[in-house]
Amino acid sequence: MAIISRGFSGRRSAADAKLPPGQYLTTDFPVLSAGPTPHIALDRWEFTIDDGSNVLKRWDWKTLRELPTEAITVDLHCVTRWSKLGTSWEGVALDVLLANVKTDLPYAMFRSYGDYTTNLPLKDVMNKQAWIAFKYDGADLEPEHGGPARLLVPHHYLWKSAKWVKGMTLMPHDKPGFWENLGYHIYGDPWKEQRYSEE
Amino acid sequence: MNASLNYLDGNAAAGELSRIFAVDITSAEGQCANCGAKRRFAEAHLYSHSPGLVARCALCGHVLLRLVNVGERVLLDLTGMRYLTLHPTQQPEASS
Amino acid sequence: MTWRTARVVGLHDETATARTLALVVHDWPGHVAGQHVDMRLTAADGYSAVRSYSIASASSSDRRIDLTIERLPNGEVSPYLTKEVMVGDELELRGPIGGWFVWRSDQTEPIQLVAGGSGIVPLMAMLRSRGSAGSSAPFRLLYSVREPETVFYRDELRALSNQGDAVVITYAYTRVTPKDWPRPAGRIDAPLIATGTWPSTLRPTSYVCGPTSFVEHATDLLIAAGHDREKIRTERFGATGERK
Repeated sequence: MAIISRGFSGRRSAADAKLPPGQYLTTDFPVLSAGPTPHIALDRWEFTIDDGSNVLKRWDWKTLRELPTEAITVDLHCVTRWSKLGTSWEGVALDVLLANVKTDLPYAMFRSYGDYTTNLPLKDVMNKQAWIAFKYDGADLEPEHGGPARLLVPHHYLWKSAKWVKGMTLMPHDKPGFWENLGYHIYGDPWKEQRYSEE
Repeated sequence: MNASLNYLDGNAAAGELSRIFAVDITSAEGQCANCGAKRRFAEAHLYSHSPGLVARCALCGHVLLRLVNVGERVLLDLTGMRYLTLHPTQQPEASS
Repeated sequence: MTWRTARVVGLHDETATARTLALVVHDWPGHVAGQHVDMRLTAADGYSAVRSYSIASASSSDRRIDLTIERLPNGEVSPYLTKEVMVGDELELRGPIGGWFVWRSDQTEPIQLVAGGSGIVPLMAMLRSRGSAGSSAPFRLLYSVREPETVFYRDELRALSNQGDAVVITYAYTRVTPKDWPRPAGRIDAPLIATGTWPSTLRPTSYVCGPTSFVEHATDLLIAAGHDREKIRTERFGATGERK
């Protein structure tokens, strides 16, 4: 039984907004990372979609930025229990990137510069549910928050919004990524509090 | 301040690891399974502000160790180290 | 390693932003200089935060330990520990932790301490342990700070450098120097290592502590000056000085 520290409340704000179970509201933007911040020169950046054998699509920074973009405002829910509401981003919807991709592979592994990976069902990154985001709060996305571009999939816990994203590999079966293979939930719905794998 | 120096070192993981290792791990020498470097665990680069602890080889960046707390369970991945040399009888003793 | 209850028995401000907490710890097994504790704070609704703090006091057989804590501008825990905590409050901690970044009084070789900012704390425990053990091991300290007002333990360090069996202390100021200081403000560099630390030919054991960027820089300088990597022990604090 922990000792309650008289008068300690931490960095949290009063929660009168509706939050997923077990979450606290924060006003800052914590930086979590499993490794060093990569620094990718824009003239080397690319995003590819492959099916495990062949590259189906490739964009470099120039061709990515020629695609139609959206400004979106979303809530972020981190599995470490902080939530940040009403965050503003700009990015290209995955719907746009997948528009001419014909596949019956139902899952995707997102890969980042560095060695981070995270998996999602393909249907969860379509239909206005996911973006490759490159602007946060009106400015270019900072490296520590995943810049130049990160995946943004706000209806899952934030570990699925892979920072420094560089591609997606389409898969026939769901396979666990970096955190999913060490205890974290394969799907990660914050509203069902799917933090950890059920075992 | 160089923002990419966002790591601590193996010393900062010692408290967490003391819950599962009976022997101090910071003075243990480990070999990176990727590049073969042999270093004390205290010198590993530690990323702890994360859904879990991640210790990386100071030389090549390979993940040496990952630790996740799931309720009462501890999930530990040590596949990034070929071996660890521990010193069970050589514990720091308080001098009086 | 279990969580123990610690009672605050004293508070002492080291600088405008750093405070030493004197604690009496239930069932404390004693510690070796260089070790740290993890402290856990729990809010009434169950939210908890854990931070690591180096023990500042010498190894001893009693249950008392001192922790010196720097208040960080955006800290979640340090403002509470340096401004809210009162004598009589109870805190939870586990420890002592660490077996590599330690100095034991049976070590007789020359010791080089290199501190960046609040990295002085575990090195002060080593200096204090040397004193209480009556050790005559040759010690030098290179202490890098932003400005004169940010030096911790100033009077005690002055006394250590004036006594017989003196500890040689070299200060480096990175932003503001004292009046008429011979060296301009700036980070530690190769010339300062050459004049302000033990030469590598003495094969000292070095202990480097501070923010990560400081530790990497100081370690690179020591290696360039001929020290063996294996004889340099390091402990990194967070980039802002707080160990998470």
